[in-house]
This record gives sequence, C-alpha cells and structure tokens, in this order.
Amino acid sequence: MMSGKAIREPALVRWALTVAALAFLALFLVAPLVAVLAEAFAKGWAAYVRALSGDDTWSSIRLTLIVAAIAVPLNIVFGLAASWAIAKFDFSGKSLLVSLIELPFSVSPVISGLVYVLLFGLQGLLGPWLVEHDLKVIFAVPGIVLATIFVTFPFVARELIPLMEEQGREEEEAALTLGASGFTAFRLVTLPNVRWGLLYGVLLCNARAMGEFGAVSVVSGHIRGLTNTMPLHVEILYNEYDFVGAFAVASLLAVLALVTLAVKSALEWWHRDELAAIGH
Amino acid sequence: MTGFHEDEARRLLLAALFAVMLALGLAVLMPGAQAAESRTLLNVSYDPTRELYQALNESFVRQWKAKSGEDLKINQSHGGSGKQARSVIDGLEADVVTLALAYDIDAIADKAKLLDAGWQKRLSYNSAPYTSTIVFLVRKGNPKQIKDWGDLVKPGVSVITPNPKTSGGARWNYLAAWGYALDRNNGDAGKAQEFVTALFKNVPVLDSGARGSTVTFAQRGLGDVLLAWENEAHLALKEFGSGFEIVTPSLSILAEPPVAVVDKVVDKRGTRAVAQAYLEFLYTPEAQEIIARNFYRPRDPEVVKKTAGAFAPVKLFTIDDVFGGWKKAQTEHFSDGGVFDRITAKK
Amino acid sequence: MSVLALKLSLPRRMPSVIPGFGPTLGFTLAYLSLIVLLPLAALVIKAAGTTLEQWGAILSDSRVLSALGLSFGGALAAALINTVFGLLVAWVLVRYPFPGRRLVDAVIDLPFALPTAVAGIALTALYAPNGWLGRLLEPLGVKVAFTPLGVVVAMVFIGLPFVVRTVEPVLHDVDLELEEAAASLGAGRVQTFLRVILPAILPSLLTGFSLALARAVGEYGSVIFIAGNLPGVSEIAPLLIVTKLEQYDYVGATAIATVMLGISFTLLLAVNLLQKWRRARMGG
Repeated sequence: MMSGKAIREPALVRWALTVAALAFLALFLVAPLVAVLAEAFAKGWAAYVRALSGDDTWSSIRLTLIVAAIAVPLNIVFGLAASWAIAKFDFSGKSLLVSLIELPFSVSPVISGLVYVLLFGLQGLLGPWLVEHDLKVIFAVPGIVLATIFVTFPFVARELIPLMEEQGREEEEAALTLGASGFTAFRLVTLPNVRWGLLYGVLLCNARAMGEFGAVSVVSGHIRGLTNTMPLHVEILYNEYDFVGAFAVASLLAVLALVTLAVKSALEWWHRDELAAIGH
Repeated sequence: MTGFHEDEARRLLLAALFAVMLALGLAVLMPGAQAAESRTLLNVSYDPTRELYQALNESFVRQWKAKSGEDLKINQSHGGSGKQARSVIDGLEADVVTLALAYDIDAIADKAKLLDAGWQKRLSYNSAPYTSTIVFLVRKGNPKQIKDWGDLVKPGVSVITPNPKTSGGARWNYLAAWGYALDRNNGDAGKAQEFVTALFKNVPVLDSGARGSTVTFAQRGLGDVLLAWENEAHLALKEFGSGFEIVTPSLSILAEPPVAVVDKVVDKRGTRAVAQAYLEFLYTPEAQEIIARNFYRPRDPEVVKKTAGAFAPVKLFTIDDVFGGWKKAQTEHFSDGGVFDRITAKK
Repeated sequence: MSVLALKLSLPRRMPSVIPGFGPTLGFTLAYLSLIVLLPLAALVIKAAGTTLEQWGAILSDSRVLSALGLSFGGALAAALINTVFGLLVAWVLVRYPFPGRRLVDAVIDLPFALPTAVAGIALTALYAPNGWLGRLLEPLGVKVAFTPLGVVVAMVFIGLPFVVRTVEPVLHDVDLELEEAAASLGAGRVQTFLRVILPAILPSLLTGFSLALARAVGEYGSVIFIAGNLPGVSEIAPLLIVTKLEQYDYVGATAIATVMLGISFTLLLAVNLLQKWRRARMGG
C-alpha cells in the first residue's frame, strides 16, 4: 500500500494509535452491539428464533424493506444530480444549497415527523383536501416513506459532493473535448471515480432508512402488523417486556448492516487491482 | 482508464445492489398479497392495555363470528395516551379509542370534532368499563419500610415515576399523592404542594412513559419504590419475578380509563354496529372476568364479588371529588407554567 | 437555466464545457423543495402564528433555555470528541492494515443501522449503575446514565460515523507522492501531517464535525432513555417539543422547533461558507 519508509510512522506510534482507535470503538460501538446480542440470545438460540417468527415481526420486516426500496433509489438519483450540479459548475448560492441539502441531518427526527403531520394531518394544511379525495398519507405507508426519504435525504449527496469537488472537472472536460457526450462522460469518467463514495452513500442511506425511529414513529400510528416498521416493532416488544424479542429484531437490523458492509468490503477486495489503478 | 473494464465493474456493482434490494422486496411482498379481505376495527389505546386487549379481542372476535358470521380483525395501536389522542386528532382512523384519561378523549371531541362532547354519558359507569388505582412496587422485603405516601418524602428514599407531562399514568400518580396530602392536611392546598414538591425532590429519573419507568426500576435497579398502575405492578411481578412486592397505600385515586366510539370514523367506514357491540361487550360478565384476570378492577357487581380476593382493599377518591374534573386538574397542574412546572423548576 | 449558469459562473474559469447544469440543478431544486422545503415551510407557517409575546415567553423560559443549552452544548462536546477520535479511527483504518480491519470498518456504520431507541436502551443497559460499564465507573464516582454525561455518550455514539465516513474516502485519495516529496524535502511525519495531509482532509473533517454536531442536536430516540429527563438538568430540547405536543400545544412545539432549526441551519451555513472561503484562498 505504501512505498518508502519516509512516509511511515515508527512502529510504536502506529501501534499506539491503532490501540487507541480500537479502544475507543470498543467502548462506544462494540459494547452496545454486544449488549444487544447478549440480550437477544439471553434465553438461547431457540428463544431467539421463536422471537423472530411472529406474524407481526414479519410484517414489520416487510414494511421496512418496502420503505427502503422506495426511499433509497430516489435519494440515489437525487444525490447524483445534486452532486453533479454542485461539483461541476460554479454558481452563487452554492453554500446555501449545500446547507439546505444537509438540513435534514440537523432537523430533530421529532420535527421531521411533525412537519408532515402539519402538512398532511387532519388539522394540517392539506388535510381537508386529502380527506375529501379519500387519500391517506400519514398513519399509512406513504407517510412513512416520506418521513424516511426526508431523514435519509442528504446521505448520498453528502457523500458525493466533497468527493466530486476533490476530483475537479478536468477529466470530464478532457473526455468532452475528445467528443464524448455528457452522459458518456458521466458514465465512463465520473461514475468510476466516485463509485466507492457512491456505494458508501447508498449503504448508509439504506441503513438509516431501515433504522429510522423518531420521525417514522410520529407518522406511523403504531398499528400492529400494519404500519409498524422494524424499529417501531422493537419499541413495542420492549414495552411488552419481551426483551428477547425486542433485541432479536434489533440484532437483525445490526446484522443486516454488518452484512451489507461485508458485501462492500468483499467488492472492494475483488476489485482491488482497479482501485489501485485509479489511485486508491 | 480502460472504459470496458471500468464500465463492467460499475455495472456489476450497481446491478447487484439493486437486484438484491428488489429481490428482498419482492420476496417479502409475496405472502402479504394473499391476506384475505375482512372487516377490521382499529382500537387506539394507551400503553398498559396491550395484554388486556389481546385477550379481550380474541374473545370478542369469536363471539362476533358466532353472532354475525363475519370474520373480524381488530387492529391495535398502543402508546402514551396523549400521543395516541393526538394521532387520532391528526387523522389516525380509530373506530374506538380506549385511553387513560377522559381528558384525552375530550381533546379529540374538542379539537377534531370527531365525536360528540357528551360522549362520556353514552356508556355506563362514565364510559369506563374497568378501573384501576395507583400502588407502590418496592424491592423484596421492603428494605426502606415504605408503607404509605408519607414514606415517599423521607430523605434517602428514591422514587421512580414517569413524567406527568408525557405520561397519563404519571398524572394519576401525581394527583394521587396530592389527594393524599390534601386529606392529611384538611384540604390545605399549600401543604399539598409542599408534599408533592418534596416527593418530586426524591425522583432521580423521569421516563417519558409508564413502561419506561418500570424498566428503569426493575431492570436498571434504580430507586426504592415505583409508583405504578395496579395492573402494571401485578404485571411487573409476573414478568420480572420475585424480587419485588406490591404495597397498597391507605388512600389512592380511582382511575377510570374511558372508552368511546369515534363517530365520524365509524360512519365513514361503516363500522358503527360492530364498534358499538365491541364496547358493550366490555361490560359483559365474560369480558369483566378477563378484565379482572388482567388486574384491572371490574365494574360488574357479580364479578367484583367473585374476584374481590385479587384486589387489596383501598380507600379511593375520584378526580371529580377532589380536583373538580380532568379539565380543571390539567390546566391547574400540568399545563405549561402550572403547578408541576413550578415545583420542578425550584429543584 | 444555462444562461443563468453562464452569468453566475466565476470569471476566473472559462464557461464550462460540461453539460447538464440545467437539468441536474433543476431536479435538485425541485426534489429539495418537495421533500424538505415545503414541509419545513408548513412548520414556519405554523410558528408564524405565534405572537411576539409568546415568542418572548417561550424563549425566556429557563426550562427551555437549559434544554436548548444541553442539546447544543452536549452536541458540541460530542462533535469535538467525534472529530478527534473519528479522525484517529479513519487514519488507522486507511493507513494501518491490521488483522480484522474490515470487520472494524464494518462496525463503524452501526449507529446508522441500529434504531436509535435500541441504541439508547443498549447504552443505558451498559452505563446504568448495575450495567457492565456503569458498575466499573460507579466506584470512581462517575455517573453516566441518567446524567448530562449520558446525553453526551449517546450523542457520541450516533455522530461517530459521520466523521469517519466523510474523512475516510478523502484520506484514501491523499496523494502519497506529495507526502514522499515532503519527506524528501526533510519534513518530519508530524510536519507532513500538519502541512500536507491535514489541509487536504480539513474540508471533510469540518463537514464531518458539522454533520455530527447537527445530528446530535436533534437526537431524541437514543437520548431520552439514558438522559434521566429531569427538567433543567438532563432534559433535551426535542423532549420539550414532544412534551408540548402531548399537551396539544402546537404553537409552543413549533416555536422551539423553529428556533432549533434556525440555529442548526446557521451552523451548517457557517461551516459551508468557511469551506468556500478556505477553498477560494487555497485555490487562489
């Protein structure tokens, strides 16, 4: 990976830094994960499987996957468009635009749910119109999807913008000068350059879409078996003192995250030659 | 940059990702598609009634099938009482609401006009088919010797209760303590406020809901005494084993969790008959026995007699007697700048 | 749109030959308006119904102030911790191949995937006086669960991936030749880091910091379990919003929400302007 001794730290420093980083991660990330798994398997493997086989659990898993399957692709398209516009062109108000794109990160999940209630709720701005046309947005799947899109809105864009900015626009300009169409330049030059960033963004977006609790909780209505996503179902089980069940569903989400990350790592490993070729 | 190689890798990557997502989505969608259409009811309820309505629904669905031949599915939604009421106000289509306090159903009538303001007169016993009260849960052997409300304000006693601002149950806790203090001090409101202030000085954690407090007390090992619904205390004994015991104070509040049909919703969905039958069912001896088995106090005199052994005798006062009804209690004690805000601000 | 683009583009660069400005920016703005701005406008409209007196009353309430103080103060502390340790973690992951590195890399995103409520429950279970870690800390007189410290711990948990994940790809791309050049010119490792590497990763580090900060400010699910929620001590601003909603006080709720929104947005904007200024200075 590295050439030349001059740009390497002394072994002792490397060792100390590694240990410090790992200790920090162990304390803040691994310990909670272990706690979740320990609770999930507190009564053994059989209880774990039994906890996951309930009908309501399955319908919550189904709903979570549907929501993610709608929200994530939409945010990918948005992320690509936004980062292209922002990184490849100069225009005033760019900082404002970037800040607006990031805004959903800083909006409390409680507020993210609330704004849709204020908009689509029975007492909301569009509420009476929706009732007249017998359309249901909040306390139904569309509301949950909207809240999820809102919360995961910046992930792909935020991952791509700095990356595309770092890479500049010379390569695309060269491709275009050589006669490639804009879309071809995007496909053959930009996309390969940012695809690892894109992949990160997609995985994060997906993970967060599946794990969102606060915003979805406000717009879901908590109807068992109908409008409960996995995180909401975890809360329900926990409140029923079914700790094994709650942590079993939670562990599923955690494992899901670890598996997608493992897939990403595997892809990186398979394509390591190419990665090296483009300077990673 | 060799176009072909890059292109292939990219396509592979994205295609794989989408394929996995699509496959997952479809795979889990399939079984959902075959769910048969049947009549449904949505019962929007508060937190501690999960187990109760699970049992009641099973029984009513069977009865309804025998009577009308119709397959009925009752969907349940549980959460903090205020939050649930707000969801109904904002458009959650509940056929019936079964909440912790009349105030919350009043709010639905008042703010969304989904049912008549006189709803509480429509069913017997103030539309509350079961009652409960506030008791103490202490650690095995009662090491701090907590016998009555007076013991809660002693220095060194740590009390666990949820936040009255967010939890219906916690409001009953608060009002029960207030009522006790009034009773001991010949109705002196100043003394009552002192008492409740001292009580909340002993509270180290305010969870947002009743179940959160139970977990804090039972699982996290915090506090010497938990103020809880009687039914929750019994459930906690069942769920968390033998490390605890219930103490019934000398005087407590009669909590009347009311039920109501939501007129606008049932008329729109055409479910009035079944919703009405569902609530009336709650008053039948069969349902009343299920209610008693779940540690709610039944109303039916026969069932009361039969199950008297399960409930400790306690002198009960009502919110109407002592506080002049929920609306008044709410404004005076729990609204912003109310008594609760003032006593916690002084800490 | 493209005419606008030409007008707006900086004089220092020739009009770009890259196409697609109109459609991509148009789509970006449309989608942004629909998903983010329109709903937030509903919030502002609702809050606009508040009179000046009500605003004054809400904002001078000591309970509101201390809740906002805890949310922003805790978030700031958590973001600083995350910036230092996030950079360290990213550095170790990128530069030092060690056994199990991929596994560790995979764990970083856990806070995104784990429902915040679960994270809160798990952290509380760990740091409660009878928990695995709480038991070790209690004899030292350190109380984490049910104190403001617990709030910071939960905020560190949810914010960490933002820093690591924004710094990591940029760190990957730092040109090793530049480092070698610096080394050959006699720069020490620390000097190279400060002069060559840090400037390259600073924008992403700053972005990571601001995102971690912004995320932590609004966090609700994980914090309420571990916080203790005592008014004036360990009560966060989002909890106050929920509290007001439970009392059907939409005005109060939207007022606090709007204030939080305003502060967060100003913070993000400041960081992004700083980035722009830095970029202009570096580029010029």
